[in-house]
Amino acid sequence: MNSVEAIKEISGVNPLKCMKCGKCSASCPSFNEMDIKPHQFVTYVINDDVESLAWSKSAWKCLSCFACIERCPRDVQPGRLIDAARQLLIRQRGQQGLTAEEIPTLLDEEMPQQLLMSAFRKYWR
Amino acid sequence: MKYSYFPGCTLRNKAKDLDTYARSCAEVLGFGLEELPDWQCCGGVYPLGHDEIGRKLPSVRALNAAKERGQDLVAVCSACYHVLKRVNHDMQTDADVQSRANNYMQLPEPYLGETRVLHYLEVLRDVVGFDELKKKVVNPLTGRKIGAYYGCLLLRPSSVLAFDDPENPRILEDFIRALGAEPVLYPYRNECCGGYISLKDGDMSKSMCHRIAQSAQGFQAECLVTACPLCKYNLNKDGSLPVYYFTELLAQALGVKEGDK
Repeated sequence: MNSVEAIKEISGVNPLKCMKCGKCSASCPSFNEMDIKPHQFVTYVINDDVESLAWSKSAWKCLSCFACIERCPRDVQPGRLIDAARQLLIRQRGQQGLTAEEIPTLLDEEMPQQLLMSAFRKYWR
Repeated sequence: MKYSYFPGCTLRNKAKDLDTYARSCAEVLGFGLEELPDWQCCGGVYPLGHDEIGRKLPSVRALNAAKERGQDLVAVCSACYHVLKRVNHDMQTDADVQSRANNYMQLPEPYLGETRVLHYLEVLRDVVGFDELKKKVVNPLTGRKIGAYYGCLLLRPSSVLAFDDPENPRILEDFIRALGAEPVLYPYRNECCGGYISLKDGDMSKSMCHRIAQSAQGFQAECLVTACPLCKYNLNKDGSLPVYYFTELLAQALGVKEGDK
């Protein structure tokens, strides 16, 4: 399975349904942090350009707030595509959003367990 | 009415106020929360990958345990509620997840999403009723201007969570009103606090939370109320407004919080 097929498989999303209205990017709270914006992300998947996605910051900046998924009029669910790309990086390429060495430096006393669980799930295999 | 109760990992540690007051207020309001034995952490985030079956199993176990007890399953933490409800939806509607999870679980009877998942606020709204709640308030929070902070996990995606209107929710405002306080409407109440990004990029969540607090302050809110430990943590990092769990305010109003009688 090539990488684009894997993204489609993991996400269960058909990016061809996108009509490029841009609502996802307009809704995204991480828009300013993303080099490839949510609506562009969909296009990169359509164009089989997983290499660009693999080097982008976007996969690690999505907050899973589901605003894009809520507002997408075509049920393309860009957030699912971005999450699938992130998982592909972790599963196939062994990339991590966190390293074991840096974790102790990131902790503080007030941190809820929810934060640790969520971040480890998202950034770590 | 008795419910199966899923507290979740944070309510056992950093968010004890969310848990303790939920339990004591339930007693006052006449419903029981029976903690499920041997519950496992929901994982904090819903596994978005279609093939992530293993990560859904802790939720399936809790959902099935509630089914075996013949009870609805109540959560207080936004994240637990979100994850349990979405996994339950998968178990109702996704044949692939249904068969793979059940193949693994080997239950006496397959689990197919029979359990109803409720947030504590939904019990207050739909079972107790906000009018009844209002009658039980002994210390009304009169004069306090409170901004409801919903965040993401209670509301989106609304096609699955069906908790409230995702763009214009009102359940927390109605709750605040029932306690005798004045809800403050502000535009950022369902914007993201940054969530788990605060582990890696504290500045990013801090600036997002600052916008939320400023928005609420602009409409004269004196504090914020939330159901999510991570939202509270992130908003506290900004620190412009005090943030309370909804159960703390509830306990205050019902006179079950020590020192507030």
